[in-house]
Amino acid sequence: MSEFTLWDILRNLLLAARWTIVLSLAAFVCGGMWGLIVLMLRTGRSPWLRRCAMGYIELFQGTPLLMQLFLAFFGLSLLGFNVPAWLAAGLALTLWTGAFLAEIWRGCVESIAKGQWEASSSLAMGYLQQMRYVILPQALRVAIPPTVGFSVQVVKGTALTSIIGFVELSKASTMLTNATFAPFTVYGFVALIYFVLCWPLSKTSQALERKFNVAHHGH
Amino acid sequence: MSLITVTDVRKRFGDNEVLKGIDLEIEAGEVIAIIGKSGSGKSTLLRCINGLETINSGSISVGGAQLLSDDLHLRALRLKVGMIFQQFNLFPHLTAGRNVMLSPMIVKKTPEGEAEPLARKMLERVGLAQKFDAYPDQLSGGQQQRVAIARALAMQPSALLCDEITSALDPELVNEVLAVVGELAAEGMTLLMVTHEMRFAREVCDRVVFMHLGRVHEIGPPEEVFAHPKTPELQQFLGMVQ
Repeated sequence: MSEFTLWDILRNLLLAARWTIVLSLAAFVCGGMWGLIVLMLRTGRSPWLRRCAMGYIELFQGTPLLMQLFLAFFGLSLLGFNVPAWLAAGLALTLWTGAFLAEIWRGCVESIAKGQWEASSSLAMGYLQQMRYVILPQALRVAIPPTVGFSVQVVKGTALTSIIGFVELSKASTMLTNATFAPFTVYGFVALIYFVLCWPLSKTSQALERKFNVAHHGH
Repeated sequence: MSLITVTDVRKRFGDNEVLKGIDLEIEAGEVIAIIGKSGSGKSTLLRCINGLETINSGSISVGGAQLLSDDLHLRALRLKVGMIFQQFNLFPHLTAGRNVMLSPMIVKKTPEGEAEPLARKMLERVGLAQKFDAYPDQLSGGQQQRVAIARALAMQPSALLCDEITSALDPELVNEVLAVVGELAAEGMTLLMVTHEMRFAREVCDRVVFMHLGRVHEIGPPEEVFAHPKTPELQQFLGMVQ
């Protein structure tokens, strides 16, 4: 049996970490766009669509991400769609991220004073125009810190996709452990890599929050 | 035909009937003050006229645009009637100039090259030409309210609704806003204002509406309403405020 050097282990983990990053980015970007749509439905004028959006958010917040991954992977293949692991992982993470971001952003939209809606209504703007030009630009400032903070959850959430066989950082670490019989070394490196990915995001979120609060008190 | 017609309008909040059948006809160019105690329904009436509150029964029309609950009719109505609020409600992320330009550009699709001179003209009209690039939080309350007036005027409405527009201002800033409103009145703008400024109402308005318990209790020219109030409720109200 060939010997694995520390560098071999780290190199393989770093190669797999690329997929963690790609999956995180894809889930965050697609989930962000989907979340924006859900947000519009959730805060829009149609009571029926509002209820649908609310039900969707509650469903995805109220079930484990692991179950959502299983359902996306096994459920879709049961229906006859042959979904590869990466697609099921990306789909489930996007839907999950969208639900959480929509709910985070709803709070931000509702923090905007009622007078802003009334003033823009009285100027004959429609709902989408009000959102686009009046409400979202103001809500964005409030939304940035919690949104960046949530991206940490997305990165950590990708670890679960190892269960359906998507080879990202966590899956690669299990495979390396089986080959090297050095679980402590391997998982130590893995933890370190996740930390290096997540810590800057947490710090950025905190810094943005501070900056926002300072700016806010300045008014 | 009247510019604004309010016919038997009723409005309930839960069990509380705030408007109990309001009839009001306002001619183009008229300046009307609505006075009354808090809770008498004056602000609610104003907010019903441009559809910020839905009415339970009756009808409202402004310049031929009927108040209906669907988006299309609401927006058509709101093109005819602008509103100015107690709390100014300027858009804090936009400069004074952009506040004025926004709605002409996105609602009326006025090109930026036309919207900007229009906004400058409107700001000049309220005496704030030099504040085009200032953000709302760099302006005093009186200046903010004048920008709000310019913003409403830029949509070229047939009538303006003013909801206690000087009540949130420091006393020394009230007059600069009233002066602008006075000029608008002199230029022939149709104004419907809820106000506590009795002196201003007396000097500028064509008619005064006294509301009491959700009804138009007394209505008439200011000299009559203020000098010879007919009902004990109005006598009592005027005794309190004067």
